[in-house]
Amino acid sequence: MEILLAIMIGFLYAAGIYMIMRRSIVKLILGIVLLGNGVNLLIFLLGRITKGEPPIIPGTESVIEGLYADPIPQALILTAIVISFGLQSFAIILVKRAYKVLGTDDLDQLNTTDENS
Amino acid sequence: MLTAILLGFLFAIFLVFTGKFFRGKFAVISSLIPISLFAYFLSFISQISNGEIVTQKINWIPSFGVDLTFKLDGLSLLFALMITGVGSLVFLYTSAYLKGHKYLDRFYGYLSLFMAAMLGLVLSDNLMSMFIFWELTSISSFFLIGFNNDAKDSRKSALTALGITGIGGLLLLGGAVLLGYMTGTYEISEMLSQTDLIQSHPYYALAVILIFAAAFTKSAQFPFHFWLPGAMKAPTPVSTYLHSATMVKAGVYLLFRLSPVLGGSELWHTTLIVFGAITMLYSAIHILFRTDLKGILAYSTISALGILVFLIGIGTQAALIAAAVFIIVHALYKASLFLITGIIDHETKTRDITKLAGLRKVLMPVAIAGFIAALISGGVPPTLGFVGKDLIYEATLGSQYAIILTALAVITKILLFYGGFVAGVKPFTGKLPQKFEKIHMPSPLMWIPPLLMVILGLVFGLLPSLIESAFAKPITQVMFENPENFQLKLWHGFNTVLGLSAITIIIGTVMYFIIKPTYAKENFIQKLDFIAPKDLMLKGSTAFEKFGKLWTNFFQNGYLRDYVGIVVAVIIGLISFLLLPNFQLRLDYSSLEDVTVYEIAIILMMFAAIVFTVFTNSRLAAVASMGIVGFSFSLLFLFYSAPDLAMTQFSVDTLTVILFVLVLYKLPKYLKMTKRKSRMKHGALAVVFGSLMTLLVLSVLQEPKNNEITKYYAENAYKLAHGKNIVNVILVDFRGIDTMIEISVLIVAALGVFGLLKLRLRPKDKIK
Repeated sequence: MEILLAIMIGFLYAAGIYMIMRRSIVKLILGIVLLGNGVNLLIFLLGRITKGEPPIIPGTESVIEGLYADPIPQALILTAIVISFGLQSFAIILVKRAYKVLGTDDLDQLNTTDENS
Repeated sequence: MLTAILLGFLFAIFLVFTGKFFRGKFAVISSLIPISLFAYFLSFISQISNGEIVTQKINWIPSFGVDLTFKLDGLSLLFALMITGVGSLVFLYTSAYLKGHKYLDRFYGYLSLFMAAMLGLVLSDNLMSMFIFWELTSISSFFLIGFNNDAKDSRKSALTALGITGIGGLLLLGGAVLLGYMTGTYEISEMLSQTDLIQSHPYYALAVILIFAAAFTKSAQFPFHFWLPGAMKAPTPVSTYLHSATMVKAGVYLLFRLSPVLGGSELWHTTLIVFGAITMLYSAIHILFRTDLKGILAYSTISALGILVFLIGIGTQAALIAAAVFIIVHALYKASLFLITGIIDHETKTRDITKLAGLRKVLMPVAIAGFIAALISGGVPPTLGFVGKDLIYEATLGSQYAIILTALAVITKILLFYGGFVAGVKPFTGKLPQKFEKIHMPSPLMWIPPLLMVILGLVFGLLPSLIESAFAKPITQVMFENPENFQLKLWHGFNTVLGLSAITIIIGTVMYFIIKPTYAKENFIQKLDFIAPKDLMLKGSTAFEKFGKLWTNFFQNGYLRDYVGIVVAVIIGLISFLLLPNFQLRLDYSSLEDVTVYEIAIILMMFAAIVFTVFTNSRLAAVASMGIVGFSFSLLFLFYSAPDLAMTQFSVDTLTVILFVLVLYKLPKYLKMTKRKSRMKHGALAVVFGSLMTLLVLSVLQEPKNNEITKYYAENAYKLAHGKNIVNVILVDFRGIDTMIEISVLIVAALGVFGLLKLRLRPKDKIK
């Protein structure tokens, strides 16, 4: 399974980068989302994957024993998901606003601070 | 001494507030500052000529060894008197020269700033504080050259001058730091005892070259000389003061000051002799081709600076005495010639030597001053110039390559003789053109200063012992441990030196009567400008600017995709360079054996959804399929023991999709905006990058994993934090502050979203 996931990571990265290099801002945001997912999966996989053993200490015990999934990558990814949500929602609204004010979502026309160019 | 230096700065600051009231009659009164400073330094003469040294130390940044250490010895006294003396006359002169000028207060502010900085420079014993004053002189010079700031030429010359002297200043800092590194001190007087250590140090050559570069740029040595003629765009008092008498001698002063520390080596002497000789000859020859009075004086100044560097290069006691005396001679005659030129310019509105003649009839006292100045410059007895010239010949005759060096000196002196007479005598002789007949004598404030200086030149010539006891002897005591005894005399008897002097004067006089400055000659020399250092340097800087523009436009072209492309390409290059050479892929296919059907299903679903997101033409479909990617992720997390992640991903993706759909109808439709070719290019780049990431992941998976931190959390989650879900415990307890900050970020984002949604633009802020 690791091999398949590794290929999936590469695929997500490729898709993300390709989308970021488009001219439409909407595609740019989708690209960032895809790339962010790729990064999350990368962290998750590098922490090694374990099936069906969540890092939760069983009922009456005080220490977890035996095989269990690594909690650190999970904590990191959880943070990342939430932060990227903040980023995405802000970006989406910003794009909407920019389009309303400037009348374009073409990045090539948004590369100057001069109003009349 | 600190007060003396600060006085100029304080006055400059004072002018900022009182400038408006100053422009009237107070200008003359401001001359009291340099005059009182002159008197103050004059009072030290008897002390200094007895061999005493006055010092004052004020701690500034002791931990860096940077202190305000002021030292008044023979050398600095000579310069201090020159700065304040010429300064006094220039202050007086300016009050008449620029009478009623709109920015007179500003001008005096710059002048006194400069005077203070220059005093600081020559009195500093600490290389670091010297550097600071050095830069201050460059800056005040910049403002004074560009004083007529509505003229394009002035601004350009000011920038050139600042550029060249600024580079020099930077190199001086480099040299100072190196010397400090070698000796552990920035005090020049402490370096004196470590001469051997410095000269045998591997960085010695580098330090010397840096100091040379600083001195050569400041003192306008070839090939950095070209800023000085340009600097003559400044009002004449400035040319007199900064660009002839004082500031340009700062480089000479530096060489003087450091020659006991750095001198003695082949590198030191040869370089200085070669550069000095080239400069003095090159610019002396240039005098022949100039028709602008100030141009003539500028080139003869450069030539004189060349002579000084050349003499310091010879480095014998005779040479250094000659240099010291020549500094005085030059200050006296060149400053008066500049002031006289200023008067001519002021009264006739021209400085063109071919048009000026016969002015003695209307400006008699000025003509007298000009004539004596020319005599001093030509070294005609009984002026101090004669003493100075003889000393120079004596020095070259006593040096290693006596014949060559003496010949060079004689040729230069002949040309300078010519230049002095053209500037000081020619405008006053011959027939007065009609248009100049109505000229009146200027204010005495203008013609007395030059007359005073040339009379001093005569007095010192008749009584050279004054110079000897006040400056020459104390300076030799500074420069040498055991100076030989000597005496300055006007009359040395009949000897080689006298013969050379006679030759100089005779040939110079003949030249003056034969060669006339014409436009034809000036045009001729301008044709050679394309190989002159100035043009080469300017072309270089223009080319550099063009290159910079191209470079910037290539990398900063304003297209986001190109930025991303470059970043990705560089990362690809770096990763493949580091990863691929030793890359061995040992794939563990056994992990594929226990892959279940639903895992395959999820992978396929994700794959399809991504492809659809990338290639669909419908925005809604793209957003929806991106939602599918997100939900597949939460399933994946669920299978691999991360229930918290699964829940978070699920809710976040739901929200994102909702948000997207809400604003989607307000966004434009997808259009294929890029060309097929660039899509292929980007696609290739993306695929290569993705593959590289896959390889990277696989190679990391081959390495063993460190579980130390995981173990710590697993063991302590319940013991220390009393939580059973380890991921939660990490987030809210062990890394609680991180989480808090994260929440603040989210709040800021939420506020931003809210603000953008509620924002109503006023009509005028909208872009049509």
